Amino acid sequence: MNVQYMSALIAVVVLGFLAYIGTEFLGLNSLFGIFIPYLAVCFFLVGAILKVMKWAKSPVPFRIPTTCGQQKSLDWIEQNKIDNPSTTPGVIARMFFEVLLFRSLFRNTKAGIKEGKITYEWEIFLWVGALAFHYSFLTVLVRHMRFFLEPVPGLIGIVETLDGFFQVGTPGVLLSGVVLLGAVLFLLSRRLLIPQVRYISLMADYFPLFLIIGIAGTGIYMRYFARVDVVAIKQLAMSLVTLHPAIPQNVTVSGILYVHLFLVSVLFAYFPLSKLMHMGGVFLSPTRNLANNSRMERHINPWNPDLKFHTYEAYENDFREKMIEAGLPVEKEA
Amino acid sequence: MTNDKPKIIAGLVIFVLIATSPVWLNRGKTKEAPTPVMAAEATAKGYCVMPKAEMKAKHMKVLDGWRNSVVRNGQRVYVNESGKQFTMSLSNTCLECHTNKAEFCDKCHVYASVNPYCWDCHVDPKEK
Repeated sequence: MNVQYMSALIAVVVLGFLAYIGTEFLGLNSLFGIFIPYLAVCFFLVGAILKVMKWAKSPVPFRIPTTCGQQKSLDWIEQNKIDNPSTTPGVIARMFFEVLLFRSLFRNTKAGIKEGKITYEWEIFLWVGALAFHYSFLTVLVRHMRFFLEPVPGLIGIVETLDGFFQVGTPGVLLSGVVLLGAVLFLLSRRLLIPQVRYISLMADYFPLFLIIGIAGTGIYMRYFARVDVVAIKQLAMSLVTLHPAIPQNVTVSGILYVHLFLVSVLFAYFPLSKLMHMGGVFLSPTRNLANNSRMERHINPWNPDLKFHTYEAYENDFREKMIEAGLPVEKEA
Repeated sequence: MTNDKPKIIAGLVIFVLIATSPVWLNRGKTKEAPTPVMAAEATAKGYCVMPKAEMKAKHMKVLDGWRNSVVRNGQRVYVNESGKQFTMSLSNTCLECHTNKAEFCDKCHVYASVNPYCWDCHVDPKEK
Protein backbone atom coordinates (compact mmCIF):
# COMPACT_ATOMS: atom_id res chain seq x y z
CA MET A 1 0.00 0.00 0.00
CA ASN A 2 1.22 3.37 -0.97
CA VAL A 3 -0.54 6.68 -0.52
CA GLN A 4 0.52 7.87 -3.99
CA TYR A 5 -1.30 5.25 -6.02
CA MET A 6 -4.12 4.65 -3.55
CA SER A 7 -5.12 8.31 -3.55
CA ALA A 8 -5.02 8.41 -7.36
CA LEU A 9 -7.12 5.24 -7.60
CA ILE A 10 -9.64 6.49 -5.05
CA ALA A 11 -9.88 9.85 -6.85
CA VAL A 12 -10.75 8.16 -10.17
CA VAL A 13 -13.25 5.77 -8.58
CA VAL A 14 -14.95 8.66 -6.75
CA LEU A 15 -15.11 10.69 -9.97
CA GLY A 16 -16.68 7.75 -11.78
CA PHE A 17 -19.30 7.23 -9.08
CA LEU A 18 -20.03 10.95 -9.02
CA ALA A 19 -20.99 10.88 -12.69
CA TYR A 20 -22.97 7.65 -12.34
CA ILE A 21 -24.95 8.75 -9.29
CA GLY A 22 -25.37 12.25 -10.69
CA THR A 23 -26.98 11.05 -13.90
CA GLU A 24 -28.74 7.83 -12.88
CA PHE A 25 -30.24 9.04 -9.62
CA LEU A 26 -30.06 12.82 -9.41
CA GLY A 27 -30.98 13.67 -12.99
CA LEU A 28 -27.97 15.92 -13.52
CA ASN A 29 -27.67 14.80 -17.15
CA SER A 30 -27.26 18.34 -18.47
CA LEU A 31 -24.47 19.03 -16.00
CA PHE A 32 -22.49 15.88 -16.90
CA GLY A 33 -23.52 15.70 -20.55
CA ILE A 34 -23.29 19.34 -21.62
CA PHE A 35 -21.94 21.82 -19.10
CA ILE A 36 -18.88 19.91 -17.85
CA PRO A 37 -17.74 18.68 -21.32
CA TYR A 38 -17.91 22.23 -22.72
CA LEU A 39 -16.11 23.64 -19.72
CA ALA A 40 -13.44 20.94 -19.94
CA VAL A 41 -12.77 21.56 -23.64
CA CYS A 42 -12.51 25.34 -23.07
CA PHE A 43 -10.17 24.73 -20.15
CA PHE A 44 -8.10 22.37 -22.28
CA LEU A 45 -7.72 24.76 -25.22
CA VAL A 46 -7.09 27.93 -23.20
CA GLY A 47 -4.87 26.13 -20.69
CA ALA A 48 -2.75 24.45 -23.35
CA ILE A 49 -2.28 27.72 -25.24
CA LEU A 50 -1.35 29.65 -22.09
CA LYS A 51 1.13 26.96 -21.08
CA VAL A 52 2.83 26.95 -24.49
CA MET A 53 2.91 30.78 -24.53
CA LYS A 54 4.50 30.73 -21.09
CA TRP A 55 7.15 28.30 -22.28
CA ALA A 56 7.67 30.32 -25.44
CA LYS A 57 8.52 33.35 -23.32
CA SER A 58 11.33 31.51 -21.53
CA PRO A 59 14.62 32.66 -23.01
CA VAL A 60 16.83 30.12 -24.72
CA PRO A 61 19.94 32.23 -25.30
CA PHE A 62 22.34 29.41 -25.99
CA ARG A 63 22.33 26.22 -27.98
CA ILE A 64 21.87 23.39 -25.50
CA PRO A 65 21.30 20.32 -27.65
CA THR A 66 22.00 16.97 -26.09
CA THR A 67 24.15 15.11 -28.52
CA CYS A 68 24.06 11.42 -29.23
CA GLY A 69 26.59 11.18 -32.01
CA GLN A 70 29.61 12.77 -33.64
CA GLN A 71 29.18 16.48 -34.14
CA LYS A 72 30.16 18.30 -37.32
CA SER A 73 33.91 18.58 -37.28
CA LEU A 74 36.68 18.16 -39.85
CA ASP A 75 35.67 16.98 -43.31
CA TRP A 76 37.16 13.53 -42.90
CA ILE A 77 35.26 12.82 -39.64
CA GLU A 78 31.80 11.51 -40.38
CA GLN A 79 29.07 13.54 -38.72
CA ASN A 80 25.94 11.91 -37.26
CA LYS A 81 23.51 14.22 -39.02
CA ILE A 82 20.36 13.12 -37.16
CA ASP A 83 21.62 12.65 -33.62
CA ASN A 84 23.88 15.69 -33.73
CA PRO A 85 22.43 17.99 -36.36
CA SER A 86 24.13 21.21 -37.37
CA THR A 87 21.49 22.38 -39.83
CA THR A 88 17.73 23.01 -39.78
CA PRO A 89 16.90 19.97 -42.00
CA GLY A 90 18.90 17.85 -39.56
CA VAL A 91 16.89 19.28 -36.65
CA ILE A 92 13.65 18.57 -38.50
CA ALA A 93 14.76 14.96 -39.03
CA ARG A 94 15.65 14.64 -35.34
CA MET A 95 12.33 16.14 -34.25
CA PHE A 96 10.46 13.86 -36.66
CA PHE A 97 11.99 10.76 -35.08
CA GLU A 98 11.56 12.18 -31.57
CA VAL A 99 7.90 13.12 -31.93
CA LEU A 100 6.70 10.15 -33.96
CA LEU A 101 9.00 7.35 -32.79
CA PHE A 102 10.26 8.50 -29.34
CA ARG A 103 13.88 8.07 -30.43
CA SER A 104 15.39 9.28 -27.16
CA LEU A 105 13.25 6.84 -25.17
CA PHE A 106 14.48 4.08 -27.46
CA ARG A 107 17.94 4.61 -25.94
CA ASN A 108 16.59 3.93 -22.45
CA THR A 109 19.01 2.00 -20.27
CA LYS A 110 18.61 0.28 -16.95
CA ALA A 111 21.27 0.45 -14.27
CA GLY A 112 22.02 -2.68 -12.29
CA ILE A 113 24.73 -4.50 -10.40
CA LYS A 114 26.15 -7.69 -11.85
CA GLU A 115 29.01 -9.56 -10.18
CA GLY A 116 29.73 -6.53 -8.04
CA LYS A 117 30.04 -4.20 -11.01
CA ILE A 118 27.62 -1.52 -12.06
CA THR A 119 26.11 -2.25 -15.46
CA TYR A 120 23.89 -0.34 -17.86
CA GLU A 121 21.65 -2.51 -19.92
CA TRP A 122 19.53 -1.48 -22.89
CA GLU A 123 15.88 -1.63 -21.80
CA ILE A 124 13.46 -1.50 -24.73
CA PHE A 125 10.12 -2.36 -23.10
CA LEU A 126 9.29 1.12 -21.84
CA TRP A 127 9.69 2.32 -25.42
CA VAL A 128 7.55 -0.52 -26.78
CA GLY A 129 4.84 0.14 -24.18
CA ALA A 130 4.91 3.89 -24.80
CA LEU A 131 4.67 3.43 -28.56
CA ALA A 132 1.79 0.95 -28.23
CA PHE A 133 0.01 3.26 -25.78
CA HIS A 134 0.32 6.47 -27.79
CA TYR A 135 -0.56 5.00 -31.18
CA SER A 136 -3.50 2.97 -29.92
CA PHE A 137 -4.78 6.06 -28.11
CA LEU A 138 -4.46 8.05 -31.36
CA THR A 139 -6.38 5.34 -33.24
CA VAL A 140 -9.10 5.30 -30.60
CA LEU A 141 -9.36 9.09 -30.81
CA VAL A 142 -9.61 9.04 -34.62
CA ARG A 143 -12.24 6.29 -34.48
CA HIS A 144 -14.30 8.34 -32.03
CA MET A 145 -14.68 11.01 -34.71
CA ARG A 146 -17.55 8.87 -36.02
CA PHE A 147 -19.59 10.25 -33.13
CA PHE A 148 -18.69 13.85 -33.90
CA LEU A 149 -18.97 14.04 -37.69
CA GLU A 150 -22.05 13.62 -39.88
CA PRO A 151 -21.74 12.25 -42.51
CA VAL A 152 -18.86 10.12 -41.27
CA PRO A 153 -15.81 10.58 -43.55
CA GLY A 154 -14.70 7.43 -45.37
CA LEU A 155 -11.24 7.64 -43.84
CA ILE A 156 -12.64 7.03 -40.36
CA GLY A 157 -14.50 3.98 -41.67
CA ILE A 158 -11.23 2.70 -43.14
CA VAL A 159 -9.42 3.18 -39.82
CA GLU A 160 -12.17 1.25 -38.07
CA THR A 161 -12.13 -1.54 -40.65
CA LEU A 162 -8.36 -1.93 -40.24
CA ASP A 163 -8.75 -1.76 -36.47
CA GLY A 164 -11.33 -4.57 -36.59
CA PHE A 165 -9.19 -6.57 -39.03
CA PHE A 166 -9.60 -9.87 -37.18
CA GLN A 167 -13.41 -9.75 -37.37
CA VAL A 168 -13.97 -11.33 -33.97
CA GLY A 169 -17.64 -11.48 -32.99
CA THR A 170 -20.20 -8.69 -33.08
CA PRO A 171 -19.70 -5.88 -32.29
CA GLY A 172 -16.31 -6.64 -33.86
CA VAL A 173 -13.33 -6.47 -31.52
CA LEU A 174 -11.24 -3.37 -32.22
CA LEU A 175 -7.56 -3.94 -31.63
CA SER A 176 -6.73 -0.39 -30.61
CA GLY A 177 -9.01 -0.49 -27.55
CA VAL A 178 -7.51 -3.77 -26.35
CA VAL A 179 -3.94 -2.60 -26.99
CA LEU A 180 -4.64 0.72 -25.25
CA LEU A 181 -5.90 -0.97 -22.11
CA GLY A 182 -3.08 -3.52 -22.23
CA ALA A 183 -0.39 -0.89 -22.71
CA VAL A 184 -1.68 1.38 -19.95
CA LEU A 185 -1.87 -1.58 -17.57
CA PHE A 186 1.73 -2.43 -18.51
CA LEU A 187 2.86 1.15 -17.85
CA LEU A 188 1.04 1.07 -14.50
CA SER A 189 2.52 -2.30 -13.51
CA ARG A 190 6.00 -0.92 -14.28
CA ARG A 191 5.43 1.83 -11.76
CA LEU A 192 4.00 -0.56 -9.20
CA LEU A 193 6.43 -3.46 -9.54
CA ILE A 194 9.86 -1.91 -10.12
CA PRO A 195 10.94 -0.59 -6.71
CA GLN A 196 13.06 2.28 -8.06
CA VAL A 197 10.26 3.44 -10.34
CA ARG A 198 7.69 3.11 -7.56
CA TYR A 199 9.93 5.23 -5.32
CA ILE A 200 9.91 8.17 -7.75
CA SER A 201 6.23 7.83 -8.75
CA LEU A 202 3.83 10.41 -7.42
CA MET A 203 0.06 10.76 -7.44
CA ALA A 204 0.46 12.92 -10.57
CA ASP A 205 1.98 9.89 -12.30
CA TYR A 206 -0.71 7.44 -11.24
CA PHE A 207 -3.75 9.67 -11.66
CA PRO A 208 -3.64 9.93 -15.48
CA LEU A 209 -2.95 6.19 -15.71
CA PHE A 210 -6.00 5.30 -13.61
CA LEU A 211 -8.03 7.89 -15.47
CA ILE A 212 -7.14 6.33 -18.82
CA ILE A 213 -7.80 2.84 -17.46
CA GLY A 214 -11.23 4.10 -16.38
CA ILE A 215 -11.88 5.64 -19.78
CA ALA A 216 -10.74 2.61 -21.78
CA GLY A 217 -12.51 0.25 -19.38
CA THR A 218 -15.87 2.03 -19.57
CA GLY A 219 -15.49 2.28 -23.36
CA ILE A 220 -14.85 -1.43 -23.74
CA TYR A 221 -17.66 -2.24 -21.32
CA MET A 222 -20.12 -0.10 -23.29
CA ARG A 223 -19.18 -1.57 -26.65
CA TYR A 224 -18.90 -5.27 -25.88
CA PHE A 225 -20.90 -5.90 -22.70
CA ALA A 226 -23.56 -3.27 -22.08
CA ARG A 227 -24.04 -2.60 -25.82
CA VAL A 228 -25.38 0.88 -25.24
CA ASP A 229 -27.54 2.75 -27.72
CA VAL A 230 -24.93 4.33 -30.03
CA VAL A 231 -27.51 6.32 -31.97
CA ALA A 232 -28.57 8.10 -28.77
CA ILE A 233 -24.92 8.75 -27.92
CA LYS A 234 -24.17 10.12 -31.36
CA GLN A 235 -27.21 12.38 -31.03
CA LEU A 236 -25.74 13.81 -27.83
CA ALA A 237 -22.25 14.14 -29.34
CA MET A 238 -23.57 15.82 -32.49
CA SER A 239 -25.65 18.23 -30.43
CA LEU A 240 -22.48 19.24 -28.59
CA VAL A 241 -20.31 19.83 -31.66
CA THR A 242 -23.02 21.63 -33.65
CA LEU A 243 -23.31 23.97 -30.64
CA HIS A 244 -26.98 23.10 -30.13
CA PRO A 245 -26.51 21.08 -26.97
CA ALA A 246 -29.43 18.92 -25.90
CA ILE A 247 -29.81 15.73 -23.95
CA PRO A 248 -31.58 13.31 -26.34
CA GLN A 249 -35.22 12.77 -25.42
CA ASN A 250 -37.21 9.52 -25.80
CA VAL A 251 -34.00 7.47 -25.79
CA THR A 252 -31.78 6.52 -22.90
CA VAL A 253 -28.18 7.51 -22.85
CA SER A 254 -26.59 4.96 -20.54
CA GLY A 255 -25.23 6.09 -17.17
CA ILE A 256 -21.94 4.41 -18.08
CA LEU A 257 -21.63 6.82 -21.00
CA TYR A 258 -21.77 9.72 -18.55
CA VAL A 259 -19.03 8.10 -16.49
CA HIS A 260 -16.95 7.71 -19.66
CA LEU A 261 -17.68 11.29 -20.74
CA PHE A 262 -16.98 12.71 -17.30
CA LEU A 263 -13.64 10.91 -17.01
CA VAL A 264 -12.71 12.19 -20.49
CA SER A 265 -13.74 15.71 -19.39
CA VAL A 266 -11.56 15.40 -16.30
CA LEU A 267 -8.67 14.24 -18.51
CA PHE A 268 -9.15 17.25 -20.80
CA ALA A 269 -9.37 19.73 -17.94
CA TYR A 270 -6.42 18.15 -16.13
CA PHE A 271 -4.29 18.06 -19.27
CA PRO A 272 -2.83 21.61 -19.28
CA LEU A 273 -2.04 21.41 -15.56
CA SER A 274 -0.14 18.18 -15.72
CA LYS A 275 2.75 16.23 -17.17
CA LEU A 276 0.44 15.33 -20.03
CA MET A 277 1.42 18.68 -21.55
CA HIS A 278 4.47 16.88 -22.94
CA MET A 279 2.23 16.73 -26.01
CA GLY A 280 3.10 20.39 -26.62
CA GLY A 281 6.34 20.36 -24.69
CA VAL A 282 8.06 17.83 -26.93
CA PHE A 283 8.06 20.42 -29.72
CA LEU A 284 9.66 23.00 -27.43
CA SER A 285 12.49 20.89 -26.00
CA PRO A 286 15.64 23.00 -26.42
CA THR A 287 17.78 19.89 -26.12
CA ARG A 288 16.03 18.44 -29.18
CA ASN A 289 15.05 21.35 -31.40
CA LEU A 290 18.28 23.33 -31.62
CA ALA A 291 21.03 22.70 -34.16
CA ASN A 292 24.42 22.03 -32.59
CA ASN A 293 26.25 24.77 -34.49
CA SER A 294 28.00 26.49 -31.59
CA ARG A 295 31.37 25.91 -33.27
CA MET A 296 30.23 27.55 -36.49
CA GLU A 297 28.14 30.44 -35.26
CA ARG A 298 28.63 32.69 -32.29
CA HIS A 299 25.50 32.89 -30.17
CA ILE A 300 25.59 36.01 -28.05
CA ASN A 301 23.36 36.28 -25.02
CA PRO A 302 20.94 39.02 -26.09
CA TRP A 303 20.60 40.53 -22.64
CA ASN A 304 24.28 40.74 -21.85
CA PRO A 305 24.84 44.13 -20.15
CA ASP A 306 26.98 46.52 -22.15
CA LEU A 307 30.03 46.32 -19.88
CA LYS A 308 33.28 48.17 -20.47
CA PHE A 309 36.06 45.58 -20.47
CA HIS A 310 39.76 46.28 -19.97
CA THR A 311 41.22 44.14 -22.77
CA TYR A 312 44.76 42.78 -22.81
CA GLU A 313 45.50 45.11 -25.69
CA ALA A 314 44.59 48.12 -23.56
CA TYR A 315 46.50 46.69 -20.59
CA GLU A 316 49.62 46.31 -22.67
CA ASN A 317 49.22 49.85 -23.97
CA ASP A 318 49.10 51.08 -20.36
CA PHE A 319 52.17 49.19 -19.18
CA ARG A 320 54.27 48.55 -22.34
CA GLU A 321 57.35 50.51 -21.27
CA LYS A 322 57.39 49.01 -17.81
CA MET A 323 56.94 45.52 -19.22
CA ILE A 324 59.82 45.92 -21.68
CA GLU A 325 61.93 47.34 -18.87
CA ALA A 326 61.19 44.31 -16.73
CA GLY A 327 61.97 41.97 -19.62
CA LEU A 328 58.39 40.68 -20.03
CA PRO A 329 57.32 39.63 -23.55
CA VAL A 330 54.95 42.05 -25.31
CA GLU A 331 52.79 41.53 -28.37
CA LYS A 332 53.55 44.90 -29.90
CA GLU A 333 56.91 46.58 -29.57
CA ALA A 334 56.78 50.25 -28.68
CA MET B 1 19.30 34.35 -31.22
CA THR B 2 16.41 33.54 -33.53
CA ASN B 3 12.84 34.63 -33.11
CA ASP B 4 10.65 31.56 -32.89
CA LYS B 5 7.40 33.40 -32.26
CA PRO B 6 5.94 32.80 -35.78
CA LYS B 7 6.71 29.09 -35.58
CA ILE B 8 5.14 28.67 -32.15
CA ILE B 9 2.04 30.64 -33.13
CA ALA B 10 1.71 28.58 -36.33
CA GLY B 11 1.94 25.43 -34.22
CA LEU B 12 -0.73 26.65 -31.82
CA VAL B 13 -3.04 27.59 -34.71
CA ILE B 14 -2.67 24.08 -36.15
CA PHE B 15 -3.36 22.60 -32.70
CA VAL B 16 -6.53 24.65 -32.23
CA LEU B 17 -7.74 23.86 -35.76
CA ILE B 18 -7.31 20.13 -35.19
CA ALA B 19 -8.81 20.21 -31.69
CA THR B 20 -11.89 22.13 -32.86
CA SER B 21 -12.23 20.31 -36.20
CA PRO B 22 -15.55 18.62 -35.32
CA VAL B 23 -17.07 22.04 -34.70
CA TRP B 24 -16.03 23.72 -37.94
CA LEU B 25 -16.44 20.61 -40.08
CA ASN B 26 -20.06 20.38 -38.90
CA ARG B 27 -20.75 24.11 -38.97
CA GLY B 28 -24.29 25.07 -39.82
CA LYS B 29 -25.52 21.50 -39.80
CA THR B 30 -28.10 20.11 -37.46
CA LYS B 31 -28.59 16.52 -38.44
CA GLU B 32 -31.59 14.86 -36.92
CA ALA B 33 -31.08 11.37 -35.58
CA PRO B 34 -32.39 8.75 -37.99
CA THR B 35 -35.66 6.93 -37.43
CA PRO B 36 -35.68 3.48 -39.00
CA VAL B 37 -38.80 2.76 -41.01
CA MET B 38 -40.59 -0.48 -40.23
CA ALA B 39 -41.66 -2.27 -43.42
CA ALA B 40 -45.37 -3.00 -43.90
CA GLU B 41 -44.66 -6.75 -43.84
CA ALA B 42 -42.96 -6.44 -40.43
CA THR B 43 -45.79 -4.34 -38.98
CA ALA B 44 -48.32 -6.82 -40.32
CA LYS B 45 -46.53 -9.75 -38.72
CA GLY B 46 -46.59 -8.03 -35.32
CA TYR B 47 -43.81 -9.98 -33.65
CA CYS B 48 -40.08 -10.57 -33.98
CA VAL B 49 -37.78 -13.18 -32.47
CA MET B 50 -37.49 -10.98 -29.39
CA PRO B 51 -39.30 -7.93 -28.04
CA LYS B 52 -38.39 -4.64 -29.72
CA ALA B 53 -36.20 -3.23 -26.94
CA GLU B 54 -34.22 -6.44 -26.70
CA MET B 55 -33.81 -6.63 -30.47
CA LYS B 56 -32.48 -3.09 -30.49
CA ALA B 57 -29.76 -3.92 -27.98
CA LYS B 58 -29.05 -7.54 -28.86
CA HIS B 59 -29.71 -8.12 -32.58
CA MET B 60 -25.98 -8.33 -33.29
CA LYS B 61 -25.56 -10.98 -30.60
CA VAL B 62 -28.53 -12.93 -31.95
CA LEU B 63 -27.09 -12.90 -35.46
CA ASP B 64 -23.64 -13.83 -34.20
CA GLY B 65 -25.15 -16.74 -32.25
CA TRP B 66 -27.18 -17.84 -35.26
CA ARG B 67 -24.14 -17.80 -37.49
CA ASN B 68 -22.13 -19.94 -35.09
CA SER B 69 -25.04 -22.31 -34.61
CA VAL B 70 -25.64 -22.78 -38.35
CA VAL B 71 -22.05 -22.80 -39.56
CA ARG B 72 -20.48 -24.81 -36.77
CA ASN B 73 -23.30 -27.06 -35.53
CA GLY B 74 -25.64 -27.24 -38.51
CA GLN B 75 -28.45 -26.31 -36.13
CA ARG B 76 -30.82 -24.03 -38.07
CA VAL B 77 -33.88 -23.82 -35.83
CA TYR B 78 -34.23 -21.07 -33.24
CA VAL B 79 -36.91 -21.30 -30.57
CA ASN B 80 -37.69 -18.02 -28.84
CA GLU B 81 -38.98 -17.45 -25.32
CA SER B 82 -42.63 -17.81 -26.28
CA GLY B 83 -41.91 -21.12 -28.02
CA LYS B 84 -42.10 -19.89 -31.61
CA GLN B 85 -39.75 -21.51 -34.11
CA PHE B 86 -37.64 -19.57 -36.59
CA THR B 87 -35.19 -20.62 -39.27
CA MET B 88 -31.84 -19.03 -38.48
CA SER B 89 -31.27 -17.00 -41.61
CA LEU B 90 -30.47 -13.35 -42.11
CA SER B 91 -31.50 -13.14 -45.75
CA ASN B 92 -34.56 -15.36 -45.46
CA THR B 93 -35.97 -14.92 -41.96
CA CYS B 94 -34.99 -11.35 -41.04
CA LEU B 95 -35.30 -9.80 -44.45
CA GLU B 96 -38.54 -11.65 -45.14
CA CYS B 97 -40.35 -9.13 -42.93
CA HIS B 98 -37.79 -6.33 -42.84
CA THR B 99 -37.91 -5.95 -46.59
CA ASN B 100 -36.38 -2.50 -46.54
CA LYS B 101 -32.74 -2.85 -45.53
CA ALA B 102 -31.88 0.65 -46.73
CA GLU B 103 -34.63 2.27 -44.68
CA PHE B 104 -34.41 -0.07 -41.69
CA CYS B 105 -30.91 -1.42 -41.04
CA ASP B 106 -28.85 1.17 -42.86
CA LYS B 107 -30.55 4.20 -41.31
CA CYS B 108 -28.86 3.76 -37.93
CA HIS B 109 -25.86 1.81 -39.17
CA VAL B 110 -24.80 4.57 -41.56
CA TYR B 111 -25.48 7.30 -38.99
CA ALA B 112 -23.36 5.60 -36.31
CA SER B 113 -20.85 4.31 -38.89
CA VAL B 114 -21.31 0.72 -37.77
CA ASN B 115 -20.30 -1.44 -40.71
CA PRO B 116 -20.63 -5.10 -39.79
CA TYR B 117 -19.30 -7.64 -42.21
CA CYS B 118 -22.70 -9.39 -42.56
CA TRP B 119 -23.04 -8.13 -46.10
CA ASP B 120 -19.64 -9.36 -47.19
CA CYS B 121 -21.32 -12.75 -47.69
CA HIS B 122 -25.06 -12.21 -47.35
CA VAL B 123 -27.13 -10.34 -49.89
CA ASP B 124 -30.20 -8.26 -49.63
CA PRO B 125 -32.35 -9.98 -52.29
CA LYS B 126 -33.73 -6.59 -53.31
CA GLU B 127 -30.40 -4.96 -53.91
CA LYS B 128 -29.30 -7.45 -56.55
